[in-house]
Amino acid sequence: MAGQEQQQPQSRDTEVDEDIPAAPPAPADAQASAATQGVDDLLDEIDGVLESNAEEFVRAFVQKGGQ
Amino acid sequence: MTAPVPGRPADTAGGLPVGGAMRVMGSETEYGIHAPSAPGANATMMSARVIQAYAQVTRQRAAGGAETRWDYTDEEPLHDARGWTLERSSADPEQLTDQPPVLDAEAIALAYGRQELEADGEDESGSLLMNMVLGNGARLYVDHAHPEYSSPEVTNPRATVTWDAAGDLVALAAVRRLAADAELPPVNLYKNNTDNKSVSYGSHENYLMPRAVPFGEIVRGLTPFFVTRQIICGAGRVGLGQDSSRPGYQISQRADFFETEVGLETTIRRPIINTRDEPHATADKYRRLHVIIGDANLSQASNFLKFGTTAMVLSLIEAGLAPRIEVHEPVAALQSVSHDTSLSATLRLADGRRITALDLQWIYFEAASKHAQDTGVADAVDGDGHTHEVLERWSSTLTELGNDRAAAASSVEWLAKLSLLEGYRQRDGLEWDSARLGLVDLQWADIRPEKGLYYRLLARQRMQRMVDDAEISRAVTEPPSDTRAYFRGRCVSRFGSDLAGASWDSVIFDLPGRGRLQRVPTREPLRGTEALTGGLFARHRDAGSFLAELLGLSPGS
Repeated sequence: MAGQEQQQPQSRDTEVDEDIPAAPPAPADAQASAATQGVDDLLDEIDGVLESNAEEFVRAFVQKGGQ
Repeated sequence: MTAPVPGRPADTAGGLPVGGAMRVMGSETEYGIHAPSAPGANATMMSARVIQAYAQVTRQRAAGGAETRWDYTDEEPLHDARGWTLERSSADPEQLTDQPPVLDAEAIALAYGRQELEADGEDESGSLLMNMVLGNGARLYVDHAHPEYSSPEVTNPRATVTWDAAGDLVALAAVRRLAADAELPPVNLYKNNTDNKSVSYGSHENYLMPRAVPFGEIVRGLTPFFVTRQIICGAGRVGLGQDSSRPGYQISQRADFFETEVGLETTIRRPIINTRDEPHATADKYRRLHVIIGDANLSQASNFLKFGTTAMVLSLIEAGLAPRIEVHEPVAALQSVSHDTSLSATLRLADGRRITALDLQWIYFEAASKHAQDTGVADAVDGDGHTHEVLERWSSTLTELGNDRAAAASSVEWLAKLSLLEGYRQRDGLEWDSARLGLVDLQWADIRPEKGLYYRLLARQRMQRMVDDAEISRAVTEPPSDTRAYFRGRCVSRFGSDLAGASWDSVIFDLPGRGRLQRVPTREPLRGTEALTGGLFARHRDAGSFLAELLGLSPGS
């Protein structure tokens, strides 16, 4: 998120404020594999949290009307 | 009998800075309700159990009862902002929200059992408790077949996020209470807006506006904004069409349920602009704009932008500076924007131009930014303390949506949900009609932090946090200090057992030894603040002397 805080409201065309030093970019494939690892960890965690019978649960989630 | 407005001050100005994001506003959340172990249970009864459970929680928290009945005197659901009133006989029964809902004895007995009702299910008048006013100034009640939390009135978008999120903790406290009760089936609550089987339930916003602004200007100024606002604050939905019969993913939970441009209804033929005209305030000065098109947001940043940008667009409309844009066939446009997650489709304008939803948001942003700068409220140091932040987030979000969607996924709710779903699609090779993806969509909105997938992402710092947890917890019991919600909430917390009822614009005392009820009107939303009434609460522990000073009476008279 570094850099986004410094944008001026009207700066639609100047998208990066160059006065603000950003963290040095990691090599692209290292970045990508770290991101993939993060997603894998996340999915593993969520696998353990999801209701067990997806089909049954989704089918039974029936609401009455509202506003 | 009426009494003066509490804390009527010598300074009658008391207004908020105009031109930016500050405004009296509030949120309403109807929670999806599901009891997996009791699939046939009556939804209204289950919702009543949720209210009942929270009443039990607050009884524990505040002996004497931090709960008060709702006063329906000033509800006017059939008043139309266009200047007329719908005949009761032509209204849909669901529009008659000015009467307490009635549960028949059979439904109650089915869900509760007679003994239980007698032990705990009744309030003093013999009806089931369906409505509460909370110590934080909010209302918790059964709306149709859902529990609903209506936040207290606040004055800025950050406070809206705080007190809206406090509602999720209120709902969570009720869920925990029911889960601990071995006699009742556990109930889960979901902060979403559809069951994906053609039913939708709302998450509404309320904004106070001067009545002098012509309603036609509001419709003209807001419609293009509402058609496209979803790209910054949609909550995302698996499935296309009201019944999700077409596989896919879309930006908004609600878009497919809107069928008309302007109208009074909220449950049928839903309109982009709702004309319900119940100001809950001095009616010749104010209107309450009732917005029904938004998605319920768990993402704090999305919720912040939903209220902040809308408040700013209303400031533009009030100043006569809203962009002069007319979208061709707005209902169809609303749905095509929602179905276009690439954000590349163009909308046709009435003048024949074609622009993207992002372009249209930038046009509104630039107009709102200029107006806020011209009025001085946007300044980072000398501004109103809120507008600067809204503009910063609005522009950075639009920029990210245009060229860095991975960054936007930590704040924009529909993108956060989409990135999780794409993870599953890639890892497990799932199609959009897979039940597992439908489950991820539903469970995203489970309000229990250990089950809700939004909360799992929040815990891993994959979602931005704008308001810290301590502030949200505090807002469960504390009212905002700068609106009449302060007076209402403090009266409930302090004098709950001496109150006969309360509503947005009144607090009704029922003091022992006094023959009649004392109704204190609170029709000015910016009165009854801590600054105006804090001293009064500090000076009196006893409702009788409190009321006597408030009404200018000598004690005991």
